[in-house]
Order: sequence, then structure tokens, then C-alpha cells
Amino acid sequence: MKKQKLVMIGNGMAGIRTIEELLKLDPELYDITIFGAEPHPNYNRILLSPVLAGEQTLEQIVLNDLDWYKSNGIHLHLGKTITKIDRKERTVTADDGTVEKYDRLLLATGSLPFILPVPGNDLPGVIAYRDIKDTNEMIDVATRYKNAVVIGGGLLGLEAANGLALRGMSVTVIHLADWLMERQLDKTAADLLQKSLEEKGLKFLLKTSTEAISPNAAGDRVGSIRFKGGLEIPADLVVMAAGIKPNTALAESAGLHCSRGIVVTDTLQTFDPRVYAVGECASHRGTAYGLVSPLFEQAKVCANHLAEHGIGRYEGSVTSTKLKVTGVDLFSAGNFMGGEGTEEITLADPIGGVYKKLVLKDDRLIGACMFGDTADSTWYFKLMRDAQSVAEIRDTLMFGESNIGDVGHQGHNKAAGMTDADEICGCNGVTKGTIVKAIREQGLFTLDEVKKCTKASSSCGSCTGLVEQVLMNVLGTDYSATPRKKSICGCSDLSHDEIRQAIRSGHLISQEQVRTELNWRTPNGCATCRPALNYYLISTWPHEAKDDPQSRFINERAHANIQKDGTYSVIPRMFGGLTTPGELRRIADVAEKYKVPTVKVTGGQRIDLLGIKKDDLPAVWKELDMPSGHAYGKSIRTVKTCVGDEHCRFGTQSSMKMGVELERMLFGMYAPHKVKLAVSGCPRNCAEAGIKDVGIIGVESGWELYIGGNGGIKTEVAEFLCKVKTDEEVREYSGAFLQLYREEAWYLDRTVHYLARVGMEYIKQKIVEDSESRKALYERLLFDLKDAPDPWKDFERAGVDIRQFKTIPIVEVGNV
Amino acid sequence: MSNTAQLDQWQKITTVDEIPVLGSRVIQAPAGQIAIFRNSEDEVFAVLDKCPHKGGPLSQGIVHGKSVTCPLHSWNIDLSTGCAVAPDEGCAKSFAVKIESGVVWLSREELQATHG
Repeated sequence: MKKQKLVMIGNGMAGIRTIEELLKLDPELYDITIFGAEPHPNYNRILLSPVLAGEQTLEQIVLNDLDWYKSNGIHLHLGKTITKIDRKERTVTADDGTVEKYDRLLLATGSLPFILPVPGNDLPGVIAYRDIKDTNEMIDVATRYKNAVVIGGGLLGLEAANGLALRGMSVTVIHLADWLMERQLDKTAADLLQKSLEEKGLKFLLKTSTEAISPNAAGDRVGSIRFKGGLEIPADLVVMAAGIKPNTALAESAGLHCSRGIVVTDTLQTFDPRVYAVGECASHRGTAYGLVSPLFEQAKVCANHLAEHGIGRYEGSVTSTKLKVTGVDLFSAGNFMGGEGTEEITLADPIGGVYKKLVLKDDRLIGACMFGDTADSTWYFKLMRDAQSVAEIRDTLMFGESNIGDVGHQGHNKAAGMTDADEICGCNGVTKGTIVKAIREQGLFTLDEVKKCTKASSSCGSCTGLVEQVLMNVLGTDYSATPRKKSICGCSDLSHDEIRQAIRSGHLISQEQVRTELNWRTPNGCATCRPALNYYLISTWPHEAKDDPQSRFINERAHANIQKDGTYSVIPRMFGGLTTPGELRRIADVAEKYKVPTVKVTGGQRIDLLGIKKDDLPAVWKELDMPSGHAYGKSIRTVKTCVGDEHCRFGTQSSMKMGVELERMLFGMYAPHKVKLAVSGCPRNCAEAGIKDVGIIGVESGWELYIGGNGGIKTEVAEFLCKVKTDEEVREYSGAFLQLYREEAWYLDRTVHYLARVGMEYIKQKIVEDSESRKALYERLLFDLKDAPDPWKDFERAGVDIRQFKTIPIVEVGNV
Repeated sequence: MSNTAQLDQWQKITTVDEIPVLGSRVIQAPAGQIAIFRNSEDEVFAVLDKCPHKGGPLSQGIVHGKSVTCPLHSWNIDLSTGCAVAPDEGCAKSFAVKIESGVVWLSREELQATHG
């Protein structure tokens, strides 16, 4: 079949991203032709500022070189401007007469600088700051002339001014408003910014509007600029950076509906469904976006439709402004000006050049504006985006996330203060320098891209905040924050929540059903979504949805823990950390018989046999004759106990008995992540209950229950839930909380993450205040765990495929 | 080469039914441990059971589409070539597979230990 013809007008970042996404989905569908008015392949427009400042070269900011176009079979026309679209004949015509037919047309014409309508605005030496040509001209002028005037004190103008000053020019910035960057900063922060730029030698004229631009004495280029009020200053270069507007002239001439941008639907289609528009030229629900992250979201949806998958929708983006004027740290997001019904927390150190303002409304952070120290901006942004209550951390909110401990990064919490050699990702040994280099050279914009290309933050995730800081520092404004709605993986655009809801409301009981109903992109998912789907199915419909072992990580399939050399570790269960001479004898016998190289006592009060060959596992289990410890699963691990009142002279409660009962009750419980409990018999808390998912501490009059503790990556102290009197109540309240977590948390969230998301108030309401809700949860847990099979003994019911333990031997290969 | 020699160049390994769907089996051959995979379309692939990254046993990974994800550090390996999916780089040796009436055959020559 003949391929359809796709023509794209514009060769910039949003358009090329759309083509890249399309090629990923269906590389064979279209014969692609691209027209670019500039004589360059797609480059990173954001990095023009570092080029102007002399930090990077033009070659370094190219995102797709000519080979890329060639190897993807794209016909590229550089330096050709399309002047006409004939929608009836479905052709486009370029200024050199080239005519191209299309089946689908993609408009990615970007935006145009706003040129002040003043006399002299067309003189040589009066330019905008939009592309490589402008940048080159500025670099060239700086070598020959002295006086530069930049019109516009917004981000772009200040970057241009800063770059020109670094290249030796005397620069004056003209700004109409009362203070610089008035749409991103409040007056205090803007004044600090102005002061610090003045120290670098920049001059400013605020509340000033331009009247006319005049030629020099020779009359061959600009010579001076005059303002309202009569002041006139010399100018060898005038840079117009007073704003941009969507480039819609071509679309309008073709009769496409435009209103401050080419109007597009949620599928990025214009008034003519054969014609799509993405990027700065498009107006979606009344907004034309200028930042990279929303444009890339548009690209994804547009590509999806071009590929005829037809399942994506673009529903608009929430943006924040993260700014970086070279050498000065700035951040603003949300409603940073405050207003009625809002409260402000401010910290100002004008001498030290630090200013922070946080705006709160109804116990939620709704805006922030920071100057000088922006290390915590990603954290604040996350709090805003998640609309999380900050009531409980209000006292320390201003001091940032850094006063919360974070093991494993030598106490580093500010990426800006780190050297290139400092390690950011301790799991994969990735330094700051490696990440910076990857961002610059491979053109990365998002956390996911950095994860993929460098592996940083792809294991335990504790350095995610640091990586986000590096991204922000390198990219400035165009850092793309991880979208609030995070899709489960590349196989679907749906979030964990949406999938859970669909499984519940649609009574879906198999992965095939989920993937069909929810339009999965892949036939059988991937290693990320399959384990999650499997968990959601069996936890939502216990005893009904069928467990799929092939969708479980190997540890839960082999019921042992895989080690770096491919051998396994075996940890039998010792309820409450209690064992017997008979068990110890069998463990010793197994260790000798199977030549177990390492026998170790674990932190969970049991014994680990390390280095067992996979084929030996069934025999080892049989000879141990102990229950599986599930030390390998996203499941109940251990209930750690102290000795308690049976022996201890301080004990107030029978912690061992309580621990054993809990561990027996929870046997075989799968969960979104591992679950650890501890029971201490008195407030001395020898079982370390304060860092467990559920920690129980005996007191004279009963038991105190704590939830959401974690001793791992980030040490988190468990929070007090309630106090109960009887052992049965301990089981009911703990069980109900764990069931709530099992039903509502996202796969791979520990209880601490779940707690942070829903808040303690919610959990107290469901577990403590509403006794019916508690009892129902507890009953559902017990129903799910009824007759839970032991995977080491009951292969059939636990779904253990024993073929996996039988290596096929090939002793002799016949002669060839 | 005679006809018999040609027939003889394949070694019978197991049957397709003996490999779990979206799963694998391991063969201990002179050439080393080889993982044989079966996907949801009943295609069978054979790859050296060693991830090009850090030698992880690919046979223990999750199989999806025509790929397997290594259990150690989640590299994705294309089963038809044995090569890592971009941006990761590197290849595990892949082996020729022949399926005939549900029986899986591997090349004798490739099963041989490689010397030198």
C-alpha cells in the first residue's frame, strides 16, 4: 500500500518531538516531509542563552543532526518558507516554488517576536532574540560595537542583556513595568535581582517606554534610542525582547480558525481535521504555551493521533516558572503574589541576597517566589502540585526539605553546591558531572529521560530530588517537571489510580481484560506494568482474579531472593523471631548438605541461607520443613518482637505472643510493597517499632499503634495512630490499616508514601473514628488471607511452576 | 556435505509445551547456560543466559513482546537479536532455533563450547 504523505511546516522542538513520537509508534505509516525556514536542523532553542554567554557552542545545541533526518527517511527542506497552503488541493507551496502534496499537515510554526511599532524599528542593528541568526548577529556586533539596549526586562531580555555584557558590551535594559519580570516575581525579589545584575554592570531604565529609534551619523545602522520624556541614549544594537506572539499568518491565510494562536482541539487538530498544530503556534482551550514541557505533552498526543491510535487526549498543562538568569537563582510558581484569603511566610536577608516567600491558602501551598537560594524549589513545587496539606509541617516549611534526614548522599541536599565529581546516585554511581553532560549533549528535559540515559535515580529513587535540581539548574525555565498525573509506564497513559478504579468499577479480573478495555499499547505489557496489574487484580478481587506468576518479579516466581551471581537466598519464617532447636538443627543440616556459602542472621530476626542454586530450591524447602519467610516478596516480611513480660523485668505486655499472632494472621499477605511490623513490650521499644509500617508498643494500660515508619532509604519515624486495650483490637486496627493500604496505595509505594499522599486525618477517620469502616476492612483482609497457601509446600495452589527448577542438561553434543 | 550431515546439525532440546508461556527454561550446554524463551505468540528464542550489563541471568526476567527484562538491573534485551534496547548498549549471544511439530531444536555447532 502506498504510504500517506505527512508534511510538517516548521522544524523546531515541538514539531520534531511530534515526529520522534510518531516514529516510535509507527515508523512505516508516513512518507514525511519537513520544511524549515532556518538553514539549521532542529536545535535546542532554550540553550541559545548559554551560546550567547559563551558557555556552549552552536554545534553543541543541535538536537537532531542531518543524519537523523536521513536515517529516518525524512525529506528535509531547509531554508524554505512555506507561503501558501491549499487545503482543497492539499498542497503547500514554498517561497522557492517547491510544491508538496499532503494527506496530513502538521503546523509547527512557533512564534514570532513582538516588534515595537516605533519609527526606526527596521534599521540594521535592530533585532529580536529568537534564533541562531539573531544570536550570531549579537555575538558579531559585540566584537565591533560598544552600546547595547535591550527592550524588555523579562527573562529573555535579561538573558540577552547578561550575554551581551559578558561579551563586553555596555548594556541598558528598558522595561515598561514597575519592576523586572513582573509576571514571575514580586517586587522584593525583582529588586534583589536588579541589584545583583547592576553589580554585574547592567543598567536599567524602569517604567520607561520607547518613542523612536534613530540611525547613526553615517546613516547605515542604528545609532541611538529615544524614550518618552525625551531622554536619548546611544545604541549600536537594539534587541527587542518585549514578548512573543504565535506565528499564525500562514494558518490564517489558509482559512484556519485562529484566536491568539491556531485553535486546536484536545487531539491537536485544527478546524480542518487533516491539519494539526503543535507548539507555540497552537492555542489550546484559550492558552498558547511557551514552555517545553506542555509542548512535549502536546507532541505525544498529536503523534498518537497521527499514528491512528486515537486514544490520547491533551487536556492542558499546569505550568510553573522556574527561572535561571545566568548566575542568579530564581524560582516562582503558582500564585506568588498572594491576595485575599491567603497567608504569606517570608524570609528576607537583603544583605546576603536571599529572599523567600511562600503563599498559603487553606493549609495548602499555592505559590512561591524565591531569590538567591532555590534549593528547595522542586520540593515546594511538588507540594503545590499535589495540593498536599502543609498544616503539620508549617513551622519548618520555610527551612525546606533538607531538615528531614536522607541517608546515603553524604548529607548533600543541594545539587548546586556539589562539584561535578560528587556522586548523586549512590546506587548506580552516577556523578553530577555525568548527569549535566547527558542533559546537555543528549538534549534531555525530563526526569524520566535522565533516568533512562544515565540510570541516575532509577534504582532506589532517593536521589530524585537532587536529579530534579540538576535538571532545573541546567535547563532553567524549560525544565519539565514530572507531570502531576503520572502514567503507569510506557504501555498506557493511565495513572495507577485510574487503573485501580477501572479494575474495580469494571469488575476486571484478568490482565488481558485490563489491557483490552484500557487500550494498552503493548500486547502483554512490560516489566513495569505487569507486576502492578497483577497485584491490583488479586488485591481487588481476591479468590476470583487469577494470580499470574509470569507477571511477578523473579523473586515472587521462584519464592527466593535472586542474588547478583544468579543464585538465591532462602529465609524460612520464624514467627515473631522465635525458633526451636529442631528448626536450627534442620537449618544446619541443609546448610552443610547444600554447601551454603553464607549463613547470616537478618535484621528481621531470622536466618538467611545465601548462595543456593535454583535447581536445589525445592529440596532445600522440603528438608527445612519450615514455612516460607516471604523475604523476597512485596508482602508481609516479619513481625519483629522484643522479649516482653514473659521474661523481661521491664515488660508490661506479652510482645512475643502478640507478634506471633500478628505474623500468623498476616501469613501470605501480598501488598503494594514489603510490609514490616514490630511489637515492643514496653516504651523502651527494643523491637524498634518506631521505624516499621506498623509499630506496636505495649504500655501498662494496653497498646499504642504507630504507622508509616520506615528504616530504609529515608528514615521515617512512624506516626501515632491510636491506643487500644486488647490483643484483638491490635489485630483489628493493624489489619484494617494494612487492608486500606493494600486497597488504595499505588504499587511499590510503602506505607509511608501512602500516608503522605492521603494524610493521617483520612486514615484516622477510616480506622479509628468509623468503626464500621474498620470492621469491614478487617473482614476483607481476613477473607483475602483465608487459606493462604505456603508457596514452599503447596506448589499447586500457590501457582509455582516447578519446571523452572529443572535445568535441561545437554551432556554431549554430537559431532557436527 | 551429505544430507544426513545436514539433518544432524540440529540437536533436540525439549518441546515448546515444556517452556512456560511468557517464561523460559535454562539449558546447560558446553557453550554455557542458554536461556530459551517462549512468548505469548508461541515464538521461541534462545539467548546466552548472561545479560551484557553485569551478567545477570536473563532466563529469570519478565518476558514481554519479543523482549525480556533482566532481573538484576532491568535492562531490556531484544530476544530476536540478544541485544540491549536503547539507550543501553551491548549484546548477549543469540542462538538459532528451529521448531518442528512442537519440538525445539538448537544448532549443534552453536551448542559446542567455543575454544580460544
